[in-house]
Amino acid sequence: MKSLKLAAIIENLDRFISFVHTCSEECGFEGKRAMEIELAAEEALVNIFNYAYPDGEGQVEMQCALNDGKKFVIEIHDRGIPFDTLSRPDPDTTADIGDREIGGLGIYFIKKVADEVRYSRNDDTNILTIIFMA
Amino acid sequence: MDLNVKNEEKGTLVSVTGRMDAVSSPEFEKELGRLIGEGNVNFVIDLNGLDYISSSGLRSVLVTAKKLKGVKGQILLASLQAVVKEVFAISGFSTIIPIYESIEEAMTAL
Repeated sequence: MKSLKLAAIIENLDRFISFVHTCSEECGFEGKRAMEIELAAEEALVNIFNYAYPDGEGQVEMQCALNDGKKFVIEIHDRGIPFDTLSRPDPDTTADIGDREIGGLGIYFIKKVADEVRYSRNDDTNILTIIFMA
Repeated sequence: MDLNVKNEEKGTLVSVTGRMDAVSSPEFEKELGRLIGEGNVNFVIDLNGLDYISSSGLRSVLVTAKKLKGVKGQILLASLQAVVKEVFAISGFSTIIPIYESIEEAMTAL
């Protein structure tokens, strides 16, 4: 397992994405699937950057591992406010342009591109687990 | 992300290369806002060189499309790579923002 822990700020997005890119590449992912992994990682991270620490700064840790040779598992840990990203309703993807909400799509993308997404709160830590089958 | 702006006979052609993510997409929104402020209302966005887009990128396209709707303008997308096309499809944006196979087709449709 590899991990990267940095301040939960948008300025660190590129470093996290490079990290997940390298991990997925080492596990044999490429092309469209590799991009989907980056997409899920970005959406989860940006959510944490924006909402996890409303009263100041905190950290976020990303772990990547290949389990059983076929499951690429990304775990994202933060110690911000409890936030079950998965409990939010899906956006209306059929609404007309005037009625389209600006936002709400990120979590929906994670659910759509990943094979499995889980959320848990462990003591004071939010853990989001995103799984891609190789 | 790099933006290249070219004035064509029927409208403004904006070519986007690289990645539209949470860091770079505000720049797209800002530049398009500037062009709209200068009186340009008909846009073709060439996405042939765009390798990646996230919800932040889509959001900046949507904000631009809403601005253009207010001034009776148009934004047409052209030449999307497979992964970018997929993101547009998942979001349902494909049904609210016109997508064309080529720049020529989009320009003709303006």
